[in-house]
Amino acid sequence: MDLLSNLALGFGVASSLANLAFCLIGVLLGTLIGVLPGIGATATIAMLLPITFQLEPVSSLIMLAGIYYGAQYGGSTTAILINMPGESSSAVTAIDGYQMARQGRAGTALATAAIGSFFAGTVATFLVAIFAPPLTAIALKFGAAEYFSLMVMGLVMSVALAHGSVLKALAMVVLGLLLGMVGTDVYTGAPRFTMGITQFADGLNFVAVAVGVFGIAEILRNLEDEHDREVMTKNISRLFPTRDEFRQMIAPVLRGTGIGSVLGILPGGGAILASFASYTVEKKLSKHPEEFGKGALAGVAGPESANNAGAQTSFIPLLTLGIPANPVMALMIGAMIIQGIVPGPNVVSEQPALFWGIVASMWIGNLMLVVLNLPLIGLWVKLLTVPYYILFPIIMAMCSIGVYSVNSNTYDLFAVAGFGLLGYVLSKLRCEPAPLLLGFVLGPLLEENLRRAMILSRGDPTTFVTRPISATLLVLSLAILVLVFLPQIRKRRDEVFTESDG
Amino acid sequence: MSTKPNDTTDIAAGLLFMAFAAFFGLQATGLEMGTSLRMGPGYFPAVLSAVLFLLGAVILFKALGRPDDEPFGRIAWRGILFILPAPIFFGLTVRGLGFVPALFITTLIASQASVRMRPLSALVLAIVVTIMSTLIFSYGLGLPFRRFGPWLPL
Repeated sequence: MDLLSNLALGFGVASSLANLAFCLIGVLLGTLIGVLPGIGATATIAMLLPITFQLEPVSSLIMLAGIYYGAQYGGSTTAILINMPGESSSAVTAIDGYQMARQGRAGTALATAAIGSFFAGTVATFLVAIFAPPLTAIALKFGAAEYFSLMVMGLVMSVALAHGSVLKALAMVVLGLLLGMVGTDVYTGAPRFTMGITQFADGLNFVAVAVGVFGIAEILRNLEDEHDREVMTKNISRLFPTRDEFRQMIAPVLRGTGIGSVLGILPGGGAILASFASYTVEKKLSKHPEEFGKGALAGVAGPESANNAGAQTSFIPLLTLGIPANPVMALMIGAMIIQGIVPGPNVVSEQPALFWGIVASMWIGNLMLVVLNLPLIGLWVKLLTVPYYILFPIIMAMCSIGVYSVNSNTYDLFAVAGFGLLGYVLSKLRCEPAPLLLGFVLGPLLEENLRRAMILSRGDPTTFVTRPISATLLVLSLAILVLVFLPQIRKRRDEVFTESDG
Repeated sequence: MSTKPNDTTDIAAGLLFMAFAAFFGLQATGLEMGTSLRMGPGYFPAVLSAVLFLLGAVILFKALGRPDDEPFGRIAWRGILFILPAPIFFGLTVRGLGFVPALFITTLIASQASVRMRPLSALVLAIVVTIMSTLIFSYGLGLPFRRFGPWLPL
């Protein structure tokens, strides 16, 4: 009963008073930023990253993880009450959730989202506990060629899952990879693309790029058009669903959990895809598909379970391979490196307390979210009435402090402004930022593994296709690329994304 | 010259990607290329630049003769004017003026980005943010900032 003793170790670590407190801070903060539109988990974690340097490694990762899945919960509240997703993964929830709110069933919708998320979170936590160790064993057999191919697949996935044009998403990945090359070359020590600025010798600061591209660009977009938000507050009368509604949500929650758990593991932003996929499945299976878009309970229960399960299982590639599935996981890698932990398959064996502590804290965090969120819903609703012009100067102040405190480098703040502008321009040109950031993080790793693989194979490029695991991964990536370019799939993909935008 | 409508957004996107590709590509030519067995620092970036240039060209080419399906929308000029200088100002003054005054002015600059912000509320907001941040970051978390810097006659 290895699993049980491991989990016991994890719960022992996670339930220490300090770690419980950091978990609580994390989920509260996560819910807060999830509720507030205009600031996402990526930007928040980026800003808080430098501060976690002062904490114990376990505590800091527990808190950051809490922010991430807390934001998934909070995002659904905003989606239901003001028809505006606080997080992109709850975009689907807005479709039927907001309609339920307009019919006076806001309380039911909120409770459904919370219960579905909790169930999915519980299942997914156990999945992480069960599947992470065997996957780690496989990962230990990975060589440079396998890592290279795996990262290629991750980047291709992120292209397939981005909104809009596939070509532009591909270009964003490549641009991200190039930006990741800035700094000193690891093999020869030659400075690259630094324009003679010695402060960029260590590369562009990841936190600065993330805050700029995600945080500042988002603020600028929100400032284009300042209008009042309509909040459905008066309608929250009854929170707990009736027995009949409970029965209606069981099947969608189970299916959503399954879909989310599988898709979350895939690199490239599984949680978002999971909620779309679940919505499509529920609509297909429903006896009353005409109710969808007009306040169907299954349209909230399924996607909400799916995105939370996906958020949870996206930790699997991070904890086993050290490869981020999405920008938030990339930040978690940054947090581990700051703490002197090398992310990868060795974390489980070398730092069992850290690994199992994080896993256990996810379940505790999910429990806290359910217990806290339903009674606190009134408070979150009040927060929604805080006008945006009060919020963004606060966000700007936090950005400046957060980025500067990484390594007291003035140039990092110039980079924030520069990348903020770049991010805004790119978003105006309808280019998604997520592939760029993933490319930026994976760029140096990709190059290093490519060069190492070529040296190991004595310059023979067929090494990538003669090694079975590597070949499988490359074939999969190629298949995905071909699929997204097929006219039929392309049309279907456009439909799914348009549906979520509407 | 064609008189057909063009997708200006994608033309701009294509040109931007090509410009980035040209910048990185030109810089990469100054670096050692190496062989495919021992890749030099310029090898991978040069390949990536070529790919990016190609992608940009395809995006540009496909945009010609295709109408723009989505309007470009408004541009947040006021936001750009006040939001972007805020972190730059903070970076330039945090050492000289010190954490407290630098943050106060940074928040004040940022708050001007909204047309709805009135002078008095901006002032109150900046004061509150500065006090809270100083308490949390400087006293609470003990980040190593000088609260008041050498530029001030204190």
